[in-house]
Formats: sequence, C-alpha cells, structure tokens
Amino acid sequence: MIKHIVTGIQAVGHRVIDGVWRLGCASRFFLLVLLNSPPSFLRFGLITREIYFAGVLSLVIILVSGLFVGMVLGLQGYETLQKFGAESAVGTLVALSLVRELGPVIAALLFASRAGSAMTAEIGLMKATEQLAAMGMMAVDPVARVVAPRFWAGVFSMPLLAAMFTVMGVFGGYLVTVIFIGVDEGSFWSQMQDAVDFRYDIVNGVIKSCFFGVAITAIAVFEGFDAPPTAEGVSGATTRTVVTSALTILGMDFVLTAFMFRGVS
Amino acid sequence: MATEPLIEFKDVSFAYGAKQILKGVNMTMSRGQVVAIMGGSGSGKTTLLRLIGGEVQPSAGTVSVAGQVVHQLNRKQLFRLRRKMGMLFQFGALFTDLSAFDNVAFQMREHTNLPETMIRDLVLMKLHAVGLRGAHHLMPAELSGGMARRVALARSIALDPMLMMYDEPFTGLDPISLGVIGSLIRHLTDALGMTSILVTHDVQESLQIVDYVYFLADGVIAAQGTPEEVRQSKMPFVHQFIHGEVDGPVPFHYQAQSYAKDLNMVAPAGAATES
Amino acid sequence: MQRTMMDFWVGLFVMAGIGALLILGMKVGNLTTYQTGESYTLVGNFENIGGLKVRAPVKSAGVVVGRVADIQFSLETYDAVVTINMDARYQFPQDTFASILTSGLLGEQYVGLLPGGDDAMLEDGDKFMKTNSAIVLEDMIGRFLFDKAAEDKDF
Repeated sequence: MIKHIVTGIQAVGHRVIDGVWRLGCASRFFLLVLLNSPPSFLRFGLITREIYFAGVLSLVIILVSGLFVGMVLGLQGYETLQKFGAESAVGTLVALSLVRELGPVIAALLFASRAGSAMTAEIGLMKATEQLAAMGMMAVDPVARVVAPRFWAGVFSMPLLAAMFTVMGVFGGYLVTVIFIGVDEGSFWSQMQDAVDFRYDIVNGVIKSCFFGVAITAIAVFEGFDAPPTAEGVSGATTRTVVTSALTILGMDFVLTAFMFRGVS
Repeated sequence: MATEPLIEFKDVSFAYGAKQILKGVNMTMSRGQVVAIMGGSGSGKTTLLRLIGGEVQPSAGTVSVAGQVVHQLNRKQLFRLRRKMGMLFQFGALFTDLSAFDNVAFQMREHTNLPETMIRDLVLMKLHAVGLRGAHHLMPAELSGGMARRVALARSIALDPMLMMYDEPFTGLDPISLGVIGSLIRHLTDALGMTSILVTHDVQESLQIVDYVYFLADGVIAAQGTPEEVRQSKMPFVHQFIHGEVDGPVPFHYQAQSYAKDLNMVAPAGAATES
Repeated sequence: MQRTMMDFWVGLFVMAGIGALLILGMKVGNLTTYQTGESYTLVGNFENIGGLKVRAPVKSAGVVVGRVADIQFSLETYDAVVTINMDARYQFPQDTFASILTSGLLGEQYVGLLPGGDDAMLEDGDKFMKTNSAIVLEDMIGRFLFDKAAEDKDF
C-alpha cells in the first residue's frame, strides 16, 4: 500500500521535474533564437518567404472563420437583445466581443493549428532528414537560418491576421443584422463606435495578438527543433504544438485580460 | 602519399550518458588519403565523424584537425574550421525546399560575396563534376537516391574543402550508382587534393578505392592496414567482416540470458549444471 | 513558387493587414473622434458620484469634451475628487457648473458641464466652483416620501 503511494508521489515528482526541465530548455532555446535574430533581419527575403507560408496561406481559413463567427454573434446577439428592445446595441456586442476577445483568441487558435503545426512539422522533418545537421556542418547556424526567420514571420503575421479576422467578423455581424434582419444601419455603426475605444479595446486587442504570436511561434519552433528525429517524433511534436499553443493562448488570454481591463467598465 | 597528418585521434573516449561508445581510439589520417572506417552497425563510426566536425565532444582524449584541437575551439573558430570540411550525409540531406542548383549554391551564398553570375558558373562546374549539370533545375524530390547523393556531394565540395567526410555513402544504392559514387570519391579526392574519410560497412566497394582501413569494434580500433593487408588478414574479426560470415567473433546473438531460461523452461534436475 | 510571386502575395497580405487595423480604428473604433492632441486637467469635488467610473465621458451640450481620468476619495473634505482630462480645444468659463448625469434611465453616468458667463477661463489644474452630485434613487424616494408626509400634515 505504502509502496503504491510512494510510486505515485514519485510519478508526480518525475512529471514535474520533466516539465520544469523542458520549460528550461524551451526558455534557453527562445533566448538563443532572439540572440540569432539580427542576421535574419539583414536578409529580409528569408522572413518574407516565411510570412508567405505562415501568414498568406492562413488567410483563407482566418477570413472565412471570422465571417462565420461574426454572423453567429450577430444572430445570437440580436435574438437576446431584441427581448430588451436594445437590438441597436448588437453592433456594440459584436464589435466589443470580437475586438477584445474572440478576434485575437480564435485567430490565434486557428493560426496555431494551421501555421504553428506546419512550422513544427517542417523543422522536425528537416531535423529528421539531417538537413539541420548538414547546415551546421556547412558552418551555417540552423537557428539563425531556419528558426529565427520562421519565428519572426509568425510574430509579425499574427496581429495582422487577428485584425483581419476581427474586421471580417464585424462585417459578418453587419451582414446578418443590418442586411438580413434589418437593424438600423446608423445606430449599428454609431453605437459601436461610441462603445469601442481605440486605446482600451483595439490597442489592447492588438497587444494580445502580438503576445499570442510570440507564444505560438516560440512553441512551434521549439517543438520542431526538439522533436525526436523519427516519424512518430515529428507527429508527436506537431500534436504537442497545437495542444500546448491552445492551452497557452487561453491561459495567457485570461492573464492579459485581467491586467488590461481590470477596473475598466 | 603525404605523411603530414591532417587528423589525429589521441586516446579518444566518448559516452552517450552511461553508454560507453568509444574507449580510447587512436588514429591518424594524412593529407591526400582516402581512409575507410569500418565496423558493425552501432559501433560508433558515425560518432567519429561527429567528433571531427565538433558536433559532439569527447569525454577524454583529443581530436585535432590541421593542428587544431576541435573541442577547444570557440564557436567562431569551429565554424571557420567547418568551412574547410565537407560532409556527405547518409541520405544526402539535401534541403528539400531548394532546387539542386540552389542546394549547391547554398554555401557560396552564405559564406561568400561572389556575384550571382560567378556562383552560377561555379555551381554548374561542381554539378558537372558529379555528372548532373543537366539536372540543376530539379527539386530533391525529383531526384533518385543516387542522384540526390551526387548533388549532395557536389554541395559538400562547393567551397573546395580540405577534408571530406562520408557517412555511409553506399547505403541503399544500386550497383551502378554505387560504382559511380565510389569512383567520384576517389577522383575528387585526387583532383582537389583533399582528404576523404569514409564511414562504411560496404567492404568490397570501399576496399577498391581507399588507401587505408581502420576497423572499429567495441569502441577500439580492432585492426588497421592497407586494403592488401586487410584482405590477407588472418585476424578472425577482420576475416568475418570482410567475408560477411554470420557467426564469429561478432556473435549472431545479442547478449542475453540463457535461451532455456528466457522461455521459462525449467531445466530437469539432472541437467541443472548445463548452460 | 516564383520569388516575385511570393513577394507580391506577402506585400498584399501586409497591406490588407494594415488596412484591417485602420478599419478597426476608423470604422469600428472611435479613432476619428479620439483626442490624441493637447489636453488639460480640471478637478471637481462631488458629494456623491453615484456610479461614475474612470473613462466616463464629459459632455457639454451632448458633445464629448473630455474624459474622467481619476476618482479619489478625499479625507479632508470627505467627498469624491474627480479629475477630468479636457480636450484643449474646448475652454470653459470659471463659473462652469459640473454635474453628474445619467444617460437614459439605466444608462451610464457622465459628467455634464453647463457653462456660466464668466470672462475668465478655467486653467489647467483648476477646480470647479459649483458641482452637483449624482441623483441617488434611494435619496430621491426618501425625499419624495418626506415631502408627501409633510404635505399630509399640512392638511
């Protein structure tokens, strides 16, 4: 009996130590990426290429999802608000929820599963096929040449994608409530503009998406670089990227929201 | 044959965690030589190459290349040394997102400020040397295994290294490609005046092209000599290796407890002393 | 993928992203009316601020002329000290009347400014001379009942 308890405690301790150790590795790697970033800024072509893969190719899923999320928000918001005769506030509802929360968070979740996983898989495969080792033997640092451009491309793309998601969402809400249902267009926009503050809502939303961009790409490149050089290793790392990113995004969102909107109506 | 040693291993030991891979290896390789390191799978041959390239550090002893002790170099010096080395990885390790041309041009673009027209000429020359000038526009996925390895070879000699390392260059090739790679290794070594180190277990092909052979077994150099000496060798290990015999000094069975015990067969009382 | 083609798409992507940010600022948010320019602060002591919050608008004749920057409780006068950030474009006379009003029946509370007739203008850091507290429902009902009782006694 006691033996079981001891092994149980050992298992917990083992997990914790492993987790902390990995976190340390990840932090060290993150620092290494930052230190190796300057050369990739000098050769911006490398980053452009990665923005294409991370940003441009994620565009379709981001725009389409944004449109639908906005349409659903508009529909549900209208259903509830009209009970109180406040259907003209639907614009405020759609815009505030998108700008503050749903835009950055859903765009980040989509970005993690679309671009983050691809990044992990690509770097993991390059490692598995010894491309990274070959690069190192050619006296080219793979962190500077392969990892840093991907990292910065992701960090740069994320806020732009989140902004496009939000705009698409507001447009979706406008489409459903104003065009289909017939809420007054003037009050839709004016109430929205009255309620959405540039500094407190929009800038905070953009700051959030920047944080998410850093977190997702840091996780993605670390998992790729750290992946065991086998098929299962790479697929496991890809899964871990999506899961870890999702948890990090949601956890971080809570912390950031608590800091940003505390004491603000 | 030049006598000046380019690479020297002095009592090199290496361990992965608790697993001792190398236990005091001594080797010297001279300029202009093609040297083969042979040994069974998992005997630590590839580790020797990684020690030369400075990817891993020995737990004891020193590896020196051109008079410099590799593990004492700082990062910058190590990278400078690596520019003079080329390495052919087992499956080529071509960059899959670049064409054959860009793969060969990679190092020139990274390390030199040569104008693009000159890079073009140089790349085509390197590709011509391996007979694939016509394939310069193909992507790695469009190349056969042997062609990919030839492109990788062209890529590793892009900056005319003084030292070429080949990690299992013959694995998985058909006899024709195998012969092509073999003769390329010999000719490029002679033409460029470099030193080549082959890690291989392809005995017949490598004995035809190398100047000297080291046999690695159980973490030490078990035997060495010129191809002639090796072929004549009476050492049981070398004999088994060269002729590919199933059982010999290198046992067929991995270390295990007795077979009967593993299968839970209780030995009859009378046979208890056996096995 | 051709390099120029990739550059084109990335350029388009970046422009669309920046465009989206601009739309957010202009169309969705209040950047058009957002005061980034000069501002000056005014202070007002209120007996009761009701539900007034930081960032609540300050309006005069229905036009937003500033925002509430800070709300403190004063231990000297035992009332609320409300600091207001005023748009520098709008100057008010010194005898301006500041009151806390409610937009709609249940709407948010804001500070209303009623300009007086003084020639001297309020300067940065000045205090409102005359303030009017928020209407608290309980007080109002209480006063109503009291008045009613007083009326009944008269008869």
